[in-house]
Amino acid sequence: MDDSFYFSEQHLAVRDTVRGFARDHVAPVAAKLDAEGKFLWDNVKGMGELGLLGVPWPEELGGAGLDLTSYIIAIHEMAKVDASHAITISAHTTLGTSPIVKFGNDAQRKRYVPLLASGKVLGGFGLTEPSAGSDAGGTRTRAEKRGDRYIINGSKIFITHGGVGEIFVVTAVTDPSRGTKGISSFILTKPTTDLETAKQIGIGHDESLPAMKGFRAGKKEDKLGWRSSDTRELIFEDVEVPEENRLGNEGEGFTNFMQTLDSGRIGIGALSLGIAEGAYEQALRYASERKQFGKPIADFQGVQFQLSDMATEIEAGRHLVFHAAWLSQHGKPFGKEAAMAKLFCSELAMRATTKAVQIHGGYGYTKDYPVERMMRDAKICEIGEGTSEIQRLVIGRHILRGLTA
Amino acid sequence: MKIAVCIKRVPDMDVRFKIAAIGNAVDEAGLKFDMNDFDSWAVEAALQIKDRDAATEVVIVSLGTDAVQETIRKALAMGADRGVELKTDHIPFDGLAIARALAAELKDGGYDLVLFGKQSADSSNGVVGAMVGELLGLPLVTAISKLEISGQKGSAKREIEGGQEFVEFPLPAVLTIDQGLNIARYPALKGIMAAKKKPLEVKPAQLGAQTVTVTQMELPPERAPGRIIGEGVAAVPELVRLLQTEAKVL
Ligand SMILES: Cc1cc2nc3c(=O)[nH]c(=O)nc-3n(C[C@H](O)[C@H](O)[C@H](O)COP(=O)(O)OP(=O)(O)OC[C@H]3O[C@@H](n4cnc5c(N)ncnc54)[C@H](O)[C@@H]3O)c2cc1C
Repeated sequence: MDDSFYFSEQHLAVRDTVRGFARDHVAPVAAKLDAEGKFLWDNVKGMGELGLLGVPWPEELGGAGLDLTSYIIAIHEMAKVDASHAITISAHTTLGTSPIVKFGNDAQRKRYVPLLASGKVLGGFGLTEPSAGSDAGGTRTRAEKRGDRYIINGSKIFITHGGVGEIFVVTAVTDPSRGTKGISSFILTKPTTDLETAKQIGIGHDESLPAMKGFRAGKKEDKLGWRSSDTRELIFEDVEVPEENRLGNEGEGFTNFMQTLDSGRIGIGALSLGIAEGAYEQALRYASERKQFGKPIADFQGVQFQLSDMATEIEAGRHLVFHAAWLSQHGKPFGKEAAMAKLFCSELAMRATTKAVQIHGGYGYTKDYPVERMMRDAKICEIGEGTSEIQRLVIGRHILRGLTA
Repeated sequence: MKIAVCIKRVPDMDVRFKIAAIGNAVDEAGLKFDMNDFDSWAVEAALQIKDRDAATEVVIVSLGTDAVQETIRKALAMGADRGVELKTDHIPFDGLAIARALAAELKDGGYDLVLFGKQSADSSNGVVGAMVGELLGLPLVTAISKLEISGQKGSAKREIEGGQEFVEFPLPAVLTIDQGLNIARYPALKGIMAAKKKPLEVKPAQLGAQTVTVTQMELPPERAPGRIIGEGVAAVPELVRLLQTEAKVL
């Protein structure tokens, strides 16, 4: 699909840079980081230097100044090699940075975005709570206004970069009587949990960010996949947040994060597609090399058919993802298409990785081959940033709205 | 300091090549092209000099069809300042013709250094850099794996059979770069953006007469499959015998 109208020479140049970095710096360490559940600090530095942690933000704010398609290409290409690296780019950019770029005022943008876009510190997004998952409107974390500040109490769960990150956009209820219209969002800061590492490599920590008292990361999750991504609780105990840290007006938190999640779905679609494609490429190579009954297993129709199905579905997934990106980039409505891309590609990631393990036989079930990790990494794509069920609800809402209009 | 780096656009070598119907060229359909690896190390060498001395100008020169613009822009995205395409309808095989066209472009450019890759991955002649040195009448050092420039003097290391050679030369000079000198940087995303705005001049290549042409190409014969002759120590005598009698490598 290189020659497709979705991609310019510049897009392919971005792809080549990410491909080169992933091949030389990610592929050699992915299995080890996964086994140890270690965060990919060294590569955060490399990714920041290349501009991968601020792809779509304007150069004045420290970004690379590229378009959404370039950003989606970066996630997709990275996920072919390692999903944990790809989610680091995606969670940092879409979840951690985009709400500040889109809903922040000038002062907030100037204060936080350059630190994030350059990769100097990592960002995250605290929406999910123990009792508010799919139903994010059920947020309980409370922000009470006292003079010129808010006092925040509550907790968030499963927050990507919860430990390693320093800048967070967090939702909390400012007016319990107004339901989802009583939810607001705030910018909170704390030092990274890996201060020593950050100081050593010179990235991940910024002295100028206040360590807000009472704001800290909780337990780190021990996960099936995305094991070198950092997922933690965030805990707020009487955290004093100055009014100037409120993002947008009171009561805009819910609609804002719905918008953030809308565009985030294209990214998770691309990440899922990358996992599927990475697994397919491994399976294709393995099938042409592995011999049984005197010939490469790719010569057997039963194996070929599986590879053909994978290739076809991946091609379909590419069109969904890059079309949704194209729509968004051209200012057209893209909510339905983004949800479709996320739904289709995340389920495809599961199908394709499972098939890739099957094609590898017993070897695919061991950690000697990357398809084992890819299969574990795929599952979360059907859950995070809206489960497949929620995507179907979103799509349903769009298509039914079409009927009654 | 002013540096020219001459780069060639070559096919990605990790594919199975086919010979085109005319019989004397590779079938380019479906091939991916990129900067010749040796040339990317030459670009990197120039950029490292520029990293130390920002006043350095790095000019990229590439001879070929308009497709080379993509390769030139990659070098610009890595950090070079401007590009020159010497336009032809195809890249000729005759190294001397190419060298003449490059020398004509470089002659009055006021370059302190002209860098080449040691050879190109596709034709592997390894002659163009040396010929340009000769045509320009400049000191030439080939196959460099270490380079230092200070003022108007340079020193370099060359890997030779069974050892290393250290050479010194005055500037201006023509150098060809071997593997091991450096690792080429990836174009950063900001560089990719910036490359769009950097000048890229297109001029006709003055190739002159071409005397050497390729008449025919052939693929190497299929390699015979490997053979397992046994396991462990017991197999050693037979292995040694076959290496002596059949493979004739011992
Ligand atoms: C690795 C990881 C990283 C994450 N990163 C972040 C992050 O950075 N920031 C953040 O805010 N959150 C993050 N999350 C949270 C994630 O978005 C939620 O886990 C997800 O939205 C689902 O919520 P839940 O886990 O509470 O499941 P629940 O909402 O309890 O869902 C349980 C099941 O019920 C189904 N279900 C629920 N409601 C309906 C319905 N109406 N109709 C049909 N089925 C329904 C769901 O589809 C699911 O199958 C992360 C999660 C993980 C695992």
